[in-house]
Amino acid sequence: MQMRIQIFAVLGSLIVAAIIFELIRKRKLQEKYSLLWFTAAIILLILSVWRELLEKTAAFLGVYYAPSALFIIAAFFGMLLALHFTLVLSKLTEQNKILAQELSILQEEIRKNTQARRGDPFEPVAAMESVESKNANDRVA
Amino acid sequence: MDRQHDTLIIIPAFNEQENIGRVIREIRDTGYPVDVVVINDGSTDATARVAREAGAVVINLPFNLGIGGAVQTGFKYALRHGYEYAIQLDGDGQHVAAEIRKILDPVKGGEADMAIGSRYLAETDYKTPLMRRLGMLVFSFVNSALVGQKITDNTSGFRAFSRRAILFLAKYYPADYPEPEAVVVLGRNGFKIKEVPVRMRPRAAGESSINAFRSVYYMVKVLLAIFVDVFKSYQKVSA
Repeated sequence: MQMRIQIFAVLGSLIVAAIIFELIRKRKLQEKYSLLWFTAAIILLILSVWRELLEKTAAFLGVYYAPSALFIIAAFFGMLLALHFTLVLSKLTEQNKILAQELSILQEEIRKNTQARRGDPFEPVAAMESVESKNANDRVA
Repeated sequence: MDRQHDTLIIIPAFNEQENIGRVIREIRDTGYPVDVVVINDGSTDATARVAREAGAVVINLPFNLGIGGAVQTGFKYALRHGYEYAIQLDGDGQHVAAEIRKILDPVKGGEADMAIGSRYLAETDYKTPLMRRLGMLVFSFVNSALVGQKITDNTSGFRAFSRRAILFLAKYYPADYPEPEAVVVLGRNGFKIKEVPVRMRPRAAGESSINAFRSVYYMVKVLLAIFVDVFKSYQKVSA
């Protein structure tokens, strides 16, 4: 029974490591986001193969059934990964906001400089119905 | 339109085609020497066209950033064009343009980096629903304690800012519940705040972004955000 769970744990860790390696190789996953994944996969792999270490770790954590310790450690890494993603997401949200703000300010400057010649390239779609009257106004002005 | 005056009125607007034209005309009719920029926060109606036709500069955000991101865009625009003072004013017509001078004077006089137009400082005919009134009292209690100064109207969106405050807020304007948070963030970072009694009107058209039934939820979230703000670190921003 315990042998079987060990085999599954080793296979599972290997598969995760292989998938991550393949994703990086295909440039679908950036290295900086994969480090934590790799660390998790390798630590789980070591603990799955090296029974003695797992049993010592389990004893240290106060877990009676050693393979359960694997689940606890895996869950810990899952939380760590989730936190890591939220950090990345927060940074992206902030950068996205700054880009939107700068873009809109620059668009206004371009609009101001080109409006007389080419109409209004950035007017939102909802306001398009008035483009004709606006162009007419521009000609008058 | 380039900068013509030293004061910029920032109007964040999301689907305000019914109100925005009147708001801009009301400002212009006062004859005060101010420029007006409308930050169109991803509206799906004709807000941008109406505002531009009424004579405002319109900044079109490519998607909805929320009130905080919109007002901050206004601060960035103000910096880029070298304005000395900025006034935040709602696009729904609640704020009375003739009261601009009341909140601008303390900032121009160096008495305040942020002057808040308060509904509650003097007896006004402005009616606040009970639940919101309760929320206001909680904010007032918490923010006054954190800032060390009585602040009666923490959710007022009618405010004037000094250049020093504009510089700081262009970097650090809170995202989600900006008005109550801005009081705490500015107050705790050495900026002078002053409240001025103003009149406000009930909304003429459309719906407020906060309805009565969600105010308790809103209040809890803002209090949490304020609590976190106290522990954030802010770098000094220099001109």
